[in-house]
Amino acid sequence: MWGHHSLIHSAVGVGVSTYETFAALVRDNAPVSLVTIIEGPNVGATMVVTPQGIVAGSLGNSDIDRVISRDAMGELEAGRTIVRHYGPHGQSTPEDLIDTETVQVFIESFSPPPLMWIFGAVDFTAALARVAKILGYHVTVCDAREIFATRRRFPMADEVRVTWPTPMFEERGNRLGPRDAVCILTHDPKFDVPAIQGALATSVGYIGVMGSRKTHAKRLERLAEVGVTSPDELSRLHSPIGLDLGGRTPEETAISIVGEIIASRTGRNATRLGATDGPIH
Amino acid sequence: MRELLDELDRWKKTGKRIALARVVDIQGSGPRGAGAAMAVNEDGEVIGSVSGGCVESAVVTEALAILAGEQPSRVVTFGYSDDEAFAVGLTCGGIIHLFIQPLEWA
Repeated sequence: MWGHHSLIHSAVGVGVSTYETFAALVRDNAPVSLVTIIEGPNVGATMVVTPQGIVAGSLGNSDIDRVISRDAMGELEAGRTIVRHYGPHGQSTPEDLIDTETVQVFIESFSPPPLMWIFGAVDFTAALARVAKILGYHVTVCDAREIFATRRRFPMADEVRVTWPTPMFEERGNRLGPRDAVCILTHDPKFDVPAIQGALATSVGYIGVMGSRKTHAKRLERLAEVGVTSPDELSRLHSPIGLDLGGRTPEETAISIVGEIIASRTGRNATRLGATDGPIH
Repeated sequence: MRELLDELDRWKKTGKRIALARVVDIQGSGPRGAGAAMAVNEDGEVIGSVSGGCVESAVVTEALAILAGEQPSRVVTFGYSDDEAFAVGLTCGGIIHLFIQPLEWA
């Protein structure tokens, strides 16, 4: 499910340090778990674990390596970073830990960056791609018009694709998940209707569609014509895209879009903290 | 830690000794979560951050002591600024646990 990462093989080998193996995997955007003993015997011992298993280092003995690497793979799958407690040979049931020296282990998960696909190669796209990069997204810009979808116009994007939405989703829509975002900035029904249909067929976490309220109303009609009418599907669309910040420029719009993405992930109302009570984080 | 890799590589190429400090746990309110990292080299240069600036200078002191061999790699806790045991605290009232170690993974 994680895709192919060539460095998993090339970075692991004789003469390559645990740190170098870890750094190469993270740079390759591969999923990797860094496991370190932070208390107990062997403090500082470190092991690097991928979904395929241990690729470098050791926590001291093969028992503890086997048990903890299995747990680390589970945490990595969940994208969780956590401290766990074990006995000196990896025991984890509470009875086994009575009267024995325990080992505290920090399991740090490095997930591949979340994906943002931006449809429409417009000025808003450049600003959104820049802001998305700050937030750590892997950004793909997609437009069918060859003269607009160029690397020169979007140097900040990780990838620029000249294609229509339908083939793009058919080719790799299955890569999109709850952490990812699809932003449709085209305003052109020829392009946004198939993009919306494509996005709705995936489990992508955020779907935003740009346009005035009038455009939005027309778009709903177009979607109804192609059979997208279920309230469950339509409620997944953030349209018109963005928070109501009152901004106008591409950069201000980009901030309002990523603000909405964050708020939809956290389930917050995106009001002023000064106007509310309760914990901030 | 992802964002530290380029600079860590540069330091390693010049043979600098490096201490790595990572947030392993947070209780209560804290500006940065588990995994936030900073690194300190033997010259006292710093990259990254582990809080909103509340504990960084204390972390540098701890990191240099660990690099000098005066302290072992260990978990260091900051919190409750009014507690005498922890002279440095988070102004937000949280408790932060950091693991600091030399970056010498064979």
